[in-house]
Amino acid sequence: MLFDDYTVRTVALGAAALGVVAGALGTFAVLRRQALVGDAVSHAALPGIVGAYLVTGAKGSLALLLGAAVTGFLAVLLVSAVVRSTRVKGDAALGIWLSVFFGVGLVLLTFVQRRPDASQAGLDRFLFGQAATVLRRDVVTIAIAGGIALLLLVGVWKQMKLLAFDPDFGAALGLNMRVADVLLTGLLVVATVIGLQMVGAVLMSAMLVAPPAAARQWTDRLGTTTFLAAAFGALAGAAGAVSSARTSGLPTGPTIVLVAAGIVAVSFLVAPRRGLLVRALRARARSRRLAASAVLDDLAELERLHGGAGHGHATATIAAMADGDVRVALRRLARRGLVTRSHEGLWSLTDPGRRDVDER
Amino acid sequence: MSAGQLEIQAIAAVTAAACALVGVFLVLRRTALLSDAIGHSVLVGIVLAFFLTGTITSPLLVVAAAATGLVTVALVDLIARTRLVREDAAIGLVFPTLFAIGVILVSRYADGVHLDTDVVLLGELAFAPFDRLVVGGFDLGPTSLVVMSVVLVVDALVVLGLWKELAITTFDPALALSLGFAPALVNYVLMALVSATTVGAFNAVGSILVVALMIAPAASAYLLADTLARMAALAVAIGVGCALGGYWLSYALDASVAGSIAAACGGAFALVWVAAPRRGLLTALRRRARQRLEFAQTMLAIHLANHEARPEAAVESRVAHLHEHLGWSDDFAGRVVRGAQRRGLVVVSDGTLALTDVGRSIAGEAVSR
Repeated sequence: MLFDDYTVRTVALGAAALGVVAGALGTFAVLRRQALVGDAVSHAALPGIVGAYLVTGAKGSLALLLGAAVTGFLAVLLVSAVVRSTRVKGDAALGIWLSVFFGVGLVLLTFVQRRPDASQAGLDRFLFGQAATVLRRDVVTIAIAGGIALLLLVGVWKQMKLLAFDPDFGAALGLNMRVADVLLTGLLVVATVIGLQMVGAVLMSAMLVAPPAAARQWTDRLGTTTFLAAAFGALAGAAGAVSSARTSGLPTGPTIVLVAAGIVAVSFLVAPRRGLLVRALRARARSRRLAASAVLDDLAELERLHGGAGHGHATATIAAMADGDVRVALRRLARRGLVTRSHEGLWSLTDPGRRDVDER
Repeated sequence: MSAGQLEIQAIAAVTAAACALVGVFLVLRRTALLSDAIGHSVLVGIVLAFFLTGTITSPLLVVAAAATGLVTVALVDLIARTRLVREDAAIGLVFPTLFAIGVILVSRYADGVHLDTDVVLLGELAFAPFDRLVVGGFDLGPTSLVVMSVVLVVDALVVLGLWKELAITTFDPALALSLGFAPALVNYVLMALVSATTVGAFNAVGSILVVALMIAPAASAYLLADTLARMAALAVAIGVGCALGGYWLSYALDASVAGSIAAACGGAFALVWVAAPRRGLLTALRRRARQRLEFAQTMLAIHLANHEARPEAAVESRVAHLHEHLGWSDDFAGRVVRGAQRRGLVVVSDGTLALTDVGRSIAGEAVSR
């Protein structure tokens, strides 16, 4: 039904393709604590786009993409150079070049347009994307550029793995980590600039960060994380594009980002080992177990003090020896058959209960 | 210079000063990109305030934006604390989500109303003089100048008043905690200042370029100063300089004022990066060259000491043969020998080198160390 609409299909395809590329490559950025490189590249792409337009006079996406990639790449190189040669740290270096390049882009833009008001100079589309006007041709560009990037990633997978986790070891193995670093940066730049048209500069970093952040919660293996991130990215892209088409007043880019954020939220909550809900449940089970064993130990101690399994003990006695609510613990222990309650309401260990204490 | 031009420069200078002041702490605390994040996510706060007040010029907006900034920081903190992702990833998740919500709210409910999202992001100084604050018939000047001046005063008062607290929580949070300060509280106060300054600066340079004014002058000062006070003073000076310089650049190019200011900030940083007296690239290059030469001289002394009074001494101490024996180019060898002579490590006679006592002791020290 909705997929019959050619435009929607095109946008959804483009968004899904972007999601795959950004998700896969973003995994490495996130792992290397360079999550915000995408943000820097997005903003630094502006002068490249304007410059490409100036040089080629073409509004065709390929020339602009190349321009964007050039300045984006340059900005990241400058960031590394600053961090390597001064005491300025990575976050400040990113902030500097991100904003300076963007400013230079604005100057170029307004200089070209001969008007001081940057906000009317077609900047909206750069900042917010223009997903709805994506053409088949653009999707092909995304697919090809992204496909090449992914192939390269797979081709140098081992180096990338080492780069992400243990660059020193990689260097010790004789691999050129500097080249690998530059290559990964290049791939990230490609992933970022192909997404600028769809979601815009401000939201692009989410496409690089959210899918890997979600994927990371489900697995510990690099390959699986990358694959899952690509899948989540595709899902966010397609679902976002389609939802935005069905609902009025939902611009495509932000909707895609919200879907991605939703996937992250769900992953954060319910992922099997790392999920917050799971963690909370496990913590609760653990504290219950601790309370139960404390009560059992207390009962055993009481038995010992009273010279054997003579009589039971009142709840109050046990409560005095322990922290927290012993009544609940006692009831649960009774259900498990480890303690028993006499008619007068006195608690004592059963044989299985005594065995449990002994084993511990 | 017309009154309008003067006013624009005043706004730019005041904005730069306020941004530099808080930027110093952002750079030192390694939270520079929170300014970028806050700048983007305040859109949501402004939109919500707009829904409440129905106007985009209410002072409530600054409050709402400041609050959103705090919410942003709190969310980033919350997510980072779960340890499911690192802090930089947390930032990269929070601000685009908030921004996306803001854009959607504008599209769905405020479309057609004059709430241009790009005004929030970009701002434009050139038009600032036209928006004047008229109170009781008195023209107090451009609204943005008044607002920004108030922000600057508040920033200065808070920074000066909390100077000790800011300093100790920035440089040694653990010590601060043990001494009874509250680093978390100080952090939130700082973030509130950052948010308020960001919003105040919208009119001037827009939120993306606020990052330039906050980070670049402070980072430049970081490379030039050794004390917090000097760094802050330098940052403000550089910031104001870039603001004014940037303005004249935009005048010359007939281009965006904000963009020119950011470009000027970049230029200033690049200049400091290269030419700073102790930490600049040029100084580092010179230092390394000098160290290489000194090390080579020590090597020469060791080389001569090794072969002294031995059969091969005559061959090994010939200047012309340093090239083969030590792998130096003739040019480099020449420089090393000249420097060694000057330091009194060797004497040259007839193309042969001989160690002096000084040279021998240097060689001995180096080997035994």
